[in-house]
Amino acid sequence: MSAPRPALETATMVRAGELSAVDVLEHHLAVIDAGEETVHAFNLVLADRARARAHEIDALVAAGGDPGPLAGVPVALKDNLCTRGIATTCSSRILEGWEPPYDATVVRRLADTGAVVIGKTNMDEFAMGSSTETSAFGATRNPHDPGRVPGGSSGGSAAAVAAGFAPLALGSDTGGSIRQPAALCGVVGMKPTYGTVSRYGLVAFASSLDQIGPFAGSVADAALLFDAIGGHDPLDSTSLNRPTPRVLSVLDDGVDGMTVGVLTELLDGADADVAARVHEAAEALAAAGARVEEVSVPEVTLGLSAYYLIAPGEASSNLARYDGVRYGLRVDAEDTATMNTATRSEGFGDEVKRRIMLGTYVLSAGYMDAYYNQALRVRTRIIEGFAVAYSRCDVLLGPTTPTTAFAIGDKVDDPLAMYLSDVCTIPSNLAGHPAVSVPFGPGDDSLPVGVQLLGPALSEGALLQVAAVVEAAAPELPTPRLRAGAPA
Amino acid sequence: MATPARLTREDVAHVAALARLHLTEEELDLFTGQLAQVLDHAADVASLDLAGVAPTAHAMAVTNVLRPDEAQPCLDREEVLAQAPSVEDHRFRVPRILGEAP
Repeated sequence: MSAPRPALETATMVRAGELSAVDVLEHHLAVIDAGEETVHAFNLVLADRARARAHEIDALVAAGGDPGPLAGVPVALKDNLCTRGIATTCSSRILEGWEPPYDATVVRRLADTGAVVIGKTNMDEFAMGSSTETSAFGATRNPHDPGRVPGGSSGGSAAAVAAGFAPLALGSDTGGSIRQPAALCGVVGMKPTYGTVSRYGLVAFASSLDQIGPFAGSVADAALLFDAIGGHDPLDSTSLNRPTPRVLSVLDDGVDGMTVGVLTELLDGADADVAARVHEAAEALAAAGARVEEVSVPEVTLGLSAYYLIAPGEASSNLARYDGVRYGLRVDAEDTATMNTATRSEGFGDEVKRRIMLGTYVLSAGYMDAYYNQALRVRTRIIEGFAVAYSRCDVLLGPTTPTTAFAIGDKVDDPLAMYLSDVCTIPSNLAGHPAVSVPFGPGDDSLPVGVQLLGPALSEGALLQVAAVVEAAAPELPTPRLRAGAPA
Repeated sequence: MATPARLTREDVAHVAALARLHLTEEELDLFTGQLAQVLDHAADVASLDLAGVAPTAHAMAVTNVLRPDEAQPCLDREEVLAQAPSVEDHRFRVPRILGEAP
């Protein structure tokens, strides 16, 4: 079975009139038909809308027009990205059936660059989880092994790319929700610098940490998608009003003369086979001309604790808006306060309730100084620790996750164990820095291992340049068991 | 800084009420144990001496973001109201607000 056609190649061929966007789409819809019942990557497949859109693109090309750099490429959207008139659920009962009155900025940018939105992907409820098991609509399964989780919270997007349902997908990453599922599903996933991709229309979880980013089958395809969605947006007041790194053009620049630091703290809790892949990736970078050294940033070990005080705090505030008044579920009651409580109690799942209560607690009088404010000070220390490391290194290298994909049901009743699967990804969110997960061969259990590259703010170019070298040296992964079909 | 006392069942009942969540007795027991475990893990942060370290609320702080004060189209009222559970005279309708508190 041949590998799926890269998005870059598809777009180039569609723009040149050598490949029809409709044929590309029909191929992917057929792959979805064959595999979706088992994988359950989607909350909604937009077959009819996508067909209409693909026809438009083919007509534009036939008329001599250029649809743009993503011409005819199917893209799957995490179901926390608002799509006008199309259900956006965050995999929660409280938003079931809600049709946003506007498009997220990234959705508009996909439209402006010729992409074909193929569906909305399953996720942990409100992006709270690391396995996609907290979805109100059922778990997504890992295309490499249906008994395993795809990771989360953007598990549907990662699984969709791994299963060949779409060459590209968007997710959101608050504590690792792009990189962790990318690692567990054997695809590329990047969390960009905070502020480089507009959050307008991304349903908020923890606003100082949330960032939208790409999933792809290759580093080059991830770069293509990042270039399409990034850039300043006046509709997001946290959007950086300065040039966003353009990454696709620097991918072949190599690592000669760069310094890569192997981040020892991230290796400490990693399984032996995962750690071995990281060391092999380091050796490959050294062989390609990089200077490789060990680096310690002791502060990152505090990241997990700080994150689980900061993110729930912000979430408890953001999710106060689900009150049964303006949109989504309402459970009727005699008075408004009782209606609010009944609606939220029925509409939210257990993990969301846990985070709301944890956040309410750490922000409440008497505890705010000991927990929340203290975590904000730790955040400062982590940023300072990274700054020291980046004064010596261009990028840092470590595992994306401590283990390969765990079994469905394994951690769902043990929140702390679930939280620990994000221990390697959280520090970049707290620092606002970019990081990317690249598949690097199988672990001892034949499941994908992801290695993570971390860089300082706005270093996406350098990160993906290094990622391309890692990718070229990566041992081959087995084809996902649940992937059907050959490219169109 | 001293670590606060361990989270109790009463604490959880209190924050649930603040967050407008109703919990059953079983849920109270379950969540108390789980949340206490997470807060125990956070003791490493709570117990650090970080006096003099400035807090970071936003890693890429951007301040004073303003746009020209010009009228721009906003969301369509009917499209927005069409998503509401209950509407009357172009407004969101809710059950009574005043009266005995729950």
